[in-house]
Amino acid sequence: MKSFDILRQELSAGTTSCEKIAQTYLAAIDNGKHLNTFLSVFAEKARLNAVAIDKKLKSGKAGPLAGMVVSVKDVICVKDERVTCGSRILENFVSLYDATAVSRLKAADAVIIGKCNMDEFAMGSSTENSAFGRVKLPQDGARIPGGSSGGSAVAVRAGMSTTSLGSDTGGSIRQPAALTGVVGMKPTYGRVSRYGLVAFASSLDCIGPFGVCVKDVAAVLKVIAGHDENDSTSAVVPVPDYVSSLTKDIQGLRVGLPKEYYGSALNTEIREAVERKIESLRKNGANVVEVSLPSTDYCIATYYILATAEASSNLARYDGARYGYRSQNPEDLMEMYVESRTNGFGAEVKRRIMLGTYVLSAGYYDAYYKKGQIVRRLIYDDFHRAFEKVDVLITPTSPTTAFRAGEKADDPLQMYLSDIYTTSANLAGIPGISVPCGNDKQGLPIGLQVLGKHFDEATVLKVADFLETNV
Amino acid sequence: MPSNEHYEPVIGLEVHCQLLTKSKAFCSCSTQFGNEPNSNVCPICLGMPGVLPVLNKQVVEFTIKMGLATHCTIAPKSIFARKNYFYPDLPKGFQISQYEEPLCTDGFVDIEFEDGKKKKIGITRIHMEEDAGKSIHDIDIDTVVDVNRCGVPLIEIVSEPDLRSPHEAYLYLYKIRQIVTYLGICDGNMEEGSLRCDANVSVRKKGETKFGTKTEVKNMNSFRFVERALEYEIGRQIALLEDGQKVLQETLLWDSNQGIAVPMRSKEEAHDYRYFPEPDLVPVAVNQNWVNKVKATLPEFPSERRDRYLKEYKLPKYDADVLTTEKGLADYFEGVVENLDKKSDETYKLASNWTMTDVLRVLKVQHIEISDFPVPPKNLSEMINLIVDGTISGKIAKDVFEEMLKSKDSPRTIVEKRGLVQVSEEGAIEKVVDEILSKNKEQVDKYRSGKNQVFGFFVGETMKAMKGKANPKMVNEILKKKLSS
Repeated sequence: MKSFDILRQELSAGTTSCEKIAQTYLAAIDNGKHLNTFLSVFAEKARLNAVAIDKKLKSGKAGPLAGMVVSVKDVICVKDERVTCGSRILENFVSLYDATAVSRLKAADAVIIGKCNMDEFAMGSSTENSAFGRVKLPQDGARIPGGSSGGSAVAVRAGMSTTSLGSDTGGSIRQPAALTGVVGMKPTYGRVSRYGLVAFASSLDCIGPFGVCVKDVAAVLKVIAGHDENDSTSAVVPVPDYVSSLTKDIQGLRVGLPKEYYGSALNTEIREAVERKIESLRKNGANVVEVSLPSTDYCIATYYILATAEASSNLARYDGARYGYRSQNPEDLMEMYVESRTNGFGAEVKRRIMLGTYVLSAGYYDAYYKKGQIVRRLIYDDFHRAFEKVDVLITPTSPTTAFRAGEKADDPLQMYLSDIYTTSANLAGIPGISVPCGNDKQGLPIGLQVLGKHFDEATVLKVADFLETNV
Repeated sequence: MPSNEHYEPVIGLEVHCQLLTKSKAFCSCSTQFGNEPNSNVCPICLGMPGVLPVLNKQVVEFTIKMGLATHCTIAPKSIFARKNYFYPDLPKGFQISQYEEPLCTDGFVDIEFEDGKKKKIGITRIHMEEDAGKSIHDIDIDTVVDVNRCGVPLIEIVSEPDLRSPHEAYLYLYKIRQIVTYLGICDGNMEEGSLRCDANVSVRKKGETKFGTKTEVKNMNSFRFVERALEYEIGRQIALLEDGQKVLQETLLWDSNQGIAVPMRSKEEAHDYRYFPEPDLVPVAVNQNWVNKVKATLPEFPSERRDRYLKEYKLPKYDADVLTTEKGLADYFEGVVENLDKKSDETYKLASNWTMTDVLRVLKVQHIEISDFPVPPKNLSEMINLIVDGTISGKIAKDVFEEMLKSKDSPRTIVEKRGLVQVSEEGAIEKVVDEILSKNKEQVDKYRSGKNQVFGFFVGETMKAMKGKANPKMVNEILKKKLSS
C-alpha cells in the first residue's frame, strides 16, 4: 500500500521503475486471487505501457500520473477490453472505446492494470451481486468489502493498484472505501464525464477515485475532472489544483453535523470514532455546529424510486438483439427478449428493473416517479440551506462496519439501509468523500464522510486530508 | 352510403419530417440516405454500453424554423424525454423524444381550397425526436435490421382535430410539405419516408359537439393513400354506427394493395411507453436572441411569394400559383428574371412562360426535380434576351432550348454554331419577298382583290425560303408594304 508520493520519490531516487511498480502490483493480484478482486488483468499491456512510460520519464516528457497504476471498476469502458458490469449478459462484451476518464488517465501516463469486480450493474452494497462471485474483505475473508465498487476498494487496500476508478450512484465508492479502510470520493455530479460509464441511474451516477490517501485521490480527480463534449451533463466549471489545496489549514472552517445522521441506527463505536475526529477539528480552530437536513428520512425511498426508474430504461438495451448474452433458439422475438433477460440478469438487477418499470408505468408515474422528483428537490434544498451556514458536513459513511457475507443478501431492505448516509449526496448532486476513521473492536475499518458544496471538492479534500492525518 | 351526409369526420394529423441535417441528432454520424446498411453508425447510435447523446444544435434550429413558420410559441426551455419500448431496430430500448415540454406549441397554418378560400388549422405542438432503424421483413433469410436511420433527427408536427374531410387533410399535409421544403429542413419525400403521416380519425353526427371514438390510422405513405385511407376509415366508422355498433379505439394499418385499413394486433399496440425526462440531456434553452436570429433566416413563403409575383411581375394568378408551388421552381424562375437584360412586364411573362411550360414539361417527362434540371437559369435568361433583342425568333428559341438540354453550350454559342441567327436585314428579306411575289402572280392578284387570307401563304413561303431564320415581324411588314404598293 504505497502512496503515489512514495512511488514518485522512489522513481526519482532511481530505486524503482514503472515496470517494477507494475510488476509488484501484478504479483499482488496473483497472490490475492482468492479475494476475487479482478475480472480481467491486462498484465502484458500494463507492463509494456510501464516500459514506455519509463522511457518518457527518462526524457522528462512523462505526464503527471507517471508511476501510478490504476485499476478500473468493470462498469467503465477501456478500449478493446471486456466491460462485463459484473453481469452474465455482458460476459464477453468488448468495448469499442475508452471512457473519457480512462483516456484522460492514459494521457496523463497512468498505467491501467485491469478491471475490478463489482455488484452487477453497480446494484448492491456488498459486491455479493456479481455474476462472477463475491469479493472478499482482505482483513477477513468471511466478510464483504462493501459495494458496489468492492473490487476497486479491495484492489487499493490489498496493494493491487495505486488507485482505482469506481462509480458511485448511491454510495458505491464511499461505502466500500469505508468498509475496507481506504479513501474514496464521489465528486459533484457533472464534475467528471460519464462518457464510457455504463449507466445505472444517469442522473445519479458519478465516476470517482479510490486511493490509500486523500492526496492520491486529489491527484486522480484533477486529471479526470472537467468538461467533456461527449457528456452534455458534464459541467463547464474550472478545475482547481486539488493537491495544492491540501493545506491542512482549517482555521475558521465551519463544520456542520446533520443531527439526522447521528440517530439510533448508528453503531456506537462508529459514532464515537467520528466524534473523536470532530473533536480534533474543533481543537484546530474549526467551528462545529449542529444542522438539520429534515428530508433525510426520505432519501432511501426517493433514491430507490428514481434510481430504479432510470435503471429500467438504461438496461433496456441488453435485449440479446445486438450484443451480449442471447438465449438459445428462441421461438420468437418476445421469447428471445424474455429468456435473454431472465437468464442474463441476476436477481437484484431484475428486482430493480421491475421496481423501476412499475414506478414509471401509466397510473403510477405521478405517485412515485414524479413525487420522487419533488422530494429530490426538497433534499437538494436541505443541503442548500445547510451550506449557507457551513462549509462542509461531517457524517459517518456507513451505519455499520463490514458485515458477513450472506448476512443481508436475502434482505434487500436491510441491504439498502447500508446506503442510509450516502444516497443524499447523489440525490443533491454534491461531492462527498469517505476517509478512514480508525477501527472498531474487531479491527474492522470505520469510515467518516465529508460532504461539501457543489463543485467545492477542494474544501472537501482539504478537510479529508486534515482528518486523515490528525486523530 | 346515403347517410354519409349526416355525419361529420373529425381528423387530426401527426406528421413526421426527417430533418436535412448533415449529422444525426445525438452523434456525428452521417444522415445520408441509401448508404450501405449499417454503415452510418457509431457506438452512440448503436446504443453501446456507456455512451451518451449530445444534441445537434441544428436540430433545434430547424425546429425553431418550423415553429416560427407555423406561428408557434417557441419555449424558452424544453426537455427531452425517453419513450421506452422494445424493438430490434431501437438499439437503446428507448427513443429520445419530447413529451411534456416540447419546443413549439400553439401554432397554426392556413390551408387553401381550390376556390381560394382559406381555413385555419391549429398546430398543437412540434417536437424533436430521433428516428428508429429499419426492420426489413421481406427478405427470405429472416428479419434484418438496418440501423443507418437510427438517430436521424425528426420533428413531429401534431395538428388540432380541425380537419373535417380527407381533402382538408390532404391540403393540410400538402401545406406542411410545402413549408418544410421551403424552409429546406426536409425534402418532403413521402415515398422514401422522409415525410410520414398518421391520422386520428373519428366521426360524429353533424351538429354534435362531442367527439366520437377515434382510431389511429398509420402507414399511409403517399399523398394519395392519405386521402384514400381516410375515406375508407370514415366510411367504415359511419357504417359501424349506422349498424348500431360502436367504434373501437384502436390502431389500424393502411394496406394500400387491398385498399383497406387493418387493425394492428393488440399486443403490438398495448405499449406503455413510460415516458420520463431524459437524464442524459440538459434542458434545451432557447433565448429570444436565438429565435430572432433564426427568424431573420426564414425564407419568403409560397403565399407571400405568389402575392409578390402578382404585384412585382404583374403575372396572371395562374402563373404565380404554378411558379410558387415549389420553392425550387420559384427560385429558378427568379434566377431567370434576375439575368434578363430588359426588365419589363413583357419579359417577365416570357420568363414565366418558358419556366411554366417548357421547363416543367421537361421535369415531368424526364421525372427529375428542378434541382437536377440541366439548364442553369442564367442560360434560359440569355436565351430570352436573344428573343427580346431579335437575334432569334420564338420558334428558333424552341430549337435552341432543346439543344441546351443536351449540350452545356450557352444559347449564344448554340445560335452561332448552328447559324440560327435571325435575319433582320431589310434588303435580304426584300430580295426573297420579291422572288416569292414574282413566282406567285396568281396569289398576288387574289390578295389584291381582297382575299386577305392568302397573306399567310406568303409569310409561310418566305419563312420556308429563309429556313425559318427571317425576322417574322419584318417579313410581315415588308410583305404588307409590297403587296399594297
